[in-house]
Amino acid sequence: MSNSRRDFMGMALGGFTALGGIGALYAMKKSWDPLPSVKAAGFTTVDLAGAEENKLVVEKWRGKPIFVLKKPKDAKPNDRDVIIGDDRFHVSIGLCTHLGCIPAYDGAIQKFMCACHGGEFDTAGINLPGLPPPTPLEIPPFKIDGTKLVLGEAGPEYQKMLAAGIVA
Amino acid sequence: MARIENAKSIGEWLDQRIAIETLKKVMQTEYWIPKNINFLWAMGMVLAATFGILLVSGIFLLMYYNPSVDLAFDSVNYTIMTEVGYGWLWRHVHGVGASLVFLIIYIHMFTGIYYGSYKKGRELIWLSGMLLFVLFSAEAFSGYMLPWGQMSYWAGMVITNLFSGGSLEAYGLVEWIRGDYVPGQAFLTRFFMLHVLLMPLAIIGGIVFHFGTLRIPHVNNQDSEDFDYAEAAALYKAGKVKESKVIPFSPVFLSKDVFVMGVYFILFFFLVFYKFDFAMDPVNFDPANGLSTPAHIYPEWYFLWSYEILRPFSKDMGLIAFAIAQVIFFTLPFLDRSPNVAPANKRGFLFHMWFWLLLIDVLVLTFMGKLPPTDATFAMIGMVAAYSFFALWILLPIITLIEKKIKE
Repeated sequence: MSNSRRDFMGMALGGFTALGGIGALYAMKKSWDPLPSVKAAGFTTVDLAGAEENKLVVEKWRGKPIFVLKKPKDAKPNDRDVIIGDDRFHVSIGLCTHLGCIPAYDGAIQKFMCACHGGEFDTAGINLPGLPPPTPLEIPPFKIDGTKLVLGEAGPEYQKMLAAGIVA
Repeated sequence: MARIENAKSIGEWLDQRIAIETLKKVMQTEYWIPKNINFLWAMGMVLAATFGILLVSGIFLLMYYNPSVDLAFDSVNYTIMTEVGYGWLWRHVHGVGASLVFLIIYIHMFTGIYYGSYKKGRELIWLSGMLLFVLFSAEAFSGYMLPWGQMSYWAGMVITNLFSGGSLEAYGLVEWIRGDYVPGQAFLTRFFMLHVLLMPLAIIGGIVFHFGTLRIPHVNNQDSEDFDYAEAAALYKAGKVKESKVIPFSPVFLSKDVFVMGVYFILFFFLVFYKFDFAMDPVNFDPANGLSTPAHIYPEWYFLWSYEILRPFSKDMGLIAFAIAQVIFFTLPFLDRSPNVAPANKRGFLFHMWFWLLLIDVLVLTFMGKLPPTDATFAMIGMVAAYSFFALWILLPIITLIEKKIKE
C-alpha cells in the first residue's frame, strides 16, 4: 500500500502548494492596487462660494481637468446642472468626448469650443449637432457639501442624475 | 559516479564533470542545418544578436535612468543625452535596435509563412515564435513609457484604456493596471520593472524554448524537402561534404550567419549614426502632461498595422477586431488545412496569392495607420485593408482545403 501513501503525500503536498500559490497570487494582485495615498488623492474639494458668473474654473481631479462654470442667469437651465443654493453650475470632465482634447470656454457666445476637430458644447455640456463629438461632456461623481463640491464621491444629487440616465 | 581521472586539458576536465563534448555535439558540431537555404535563414541569429545589443545598451542606460515622474524625462533627455559620456550612443542604439528588431521579426515571420515552416512537426516553432512576438511587443511598449514624454504618457493612457473592454467599462481593471486613475508614479515604476526585469527574463526563456522547439524537427529548407537527416549526417561525417545535404550549425552555418549579420550591422549602425531620428518621435521630446493631449496619437511603425485595424470600426467592434488581429497569427498552423509542406509558389495559385495579398495588406495597413484619421480617401483605403485582413484569414482554411495535394 506504499502507492496510496505516496499518492496521499503527493496530494497533500500539491494541495498546500496550491493554497500557498493562491495566497501569493492574492498578495500580488493587492500589490498592484492603487495605493491608499493615491486613492485619497482621488477626491478633490472645490469651494464654489466665490465663483464668478460665466467664468470657467478648471480644477484637476484624478489627473483630469474638471470644468466648473457658474452659469449666467440668462443661460437655459438643464437637468445636468448642479444646483447650489440659488446658483446653477456646469460641472464636467473637461475632455472632448470625440478624441479627448481639452475644449476652451468662450464666455461671449457661452459655448465650449474644441480646437482639435471643431466640436462645440453648450453651457449644459451638451454637444451641438452635426459636429464630431458623439456625446455630451461627462459629469464626474460629485457630492454637494454646503457651498463645497466634493469630486470623486457620489452624493444624492449625482445618484439622481444616475437614475435619470444623465450620467453613465 | 562519473570516471574522474587526471585531466590533460581544461576541456577534458570540464568534459569529465559536465559532458561538454556531448553538449558541443548536440548544440553545435552535430546540429545539422540543411545546405539548401538562403540569407533569410540567418534572421534568427540576426535577431539573437540584436537582442544582445539591446541588452548591453539597456544596461548602460539603466545606470543613469531615473524612474520617477519628476526626473525620468530629464534623466533621459538631459543626463543621458548630454552629460553621460557616449550616453547618446546607448540611447540611439537602443532606440534603433528596438525598431529593427521588429523589422527582422516580421521578415522572419513572413519567411516562415512562405516556406511552410510552421507545418508538420514544426507547429511549436511557430507558436513559440509568436509567443516571443507578443513578449517583444510588451517589452517595446513598456520601454516606450520610460522617457515619460507626451507620447509615452498618452500611449500609456490609450493602450491601458483598451483594457476597459469598450462597453464593458472595466475601469477597475484599467486602474489596477495603472495603480492610479491616470498614468502616474505607480504606473511608471511598474512599467520600468516590467521593461528591465520581468519581460527580458520572459524573453530569454522564450528564446531558449524557441531554440528548443527547433532542435528535433530541424530547420526547414528552400524546397521544404523532407530528407533523412541521419543519412545526410553520416555522409558529412564520412568526409563526403559535397554529397551531403547538411552542414553543422557551428562553425559552418554560423559563418554564413555572421556574414549576413555583417551586412545587417552596416545598416544598423548607419541608422544609429545618421538616421536615428526615425526611431525618436518629436512629440516625445515634450514632457508628459496629463492636461494636454497631442493632436494626433499614433504608435511606432511596427504597431501601425494592428492600430489601423482598430480604427475603422465602432468602439466595441474595433476592440474585438484588434484583439483578434493580435492573436490570429497564432492559429496559422491550424487554419492551414493542406497537407502540403512546400514553398508558397509551389502550392498552387490560391495560396501563393494569399501569401502576397497578406503581405501587401499588412503593408497597406501600416502606411494608412500613420496618416491622420481626417482624410476620407485614406480612411476608406484603411477600412478596405482592415476588412481584407479578416477576409484573408477566413479564406485560409477554404483555399488550403481545396489545394491540390503535391505528389511526392
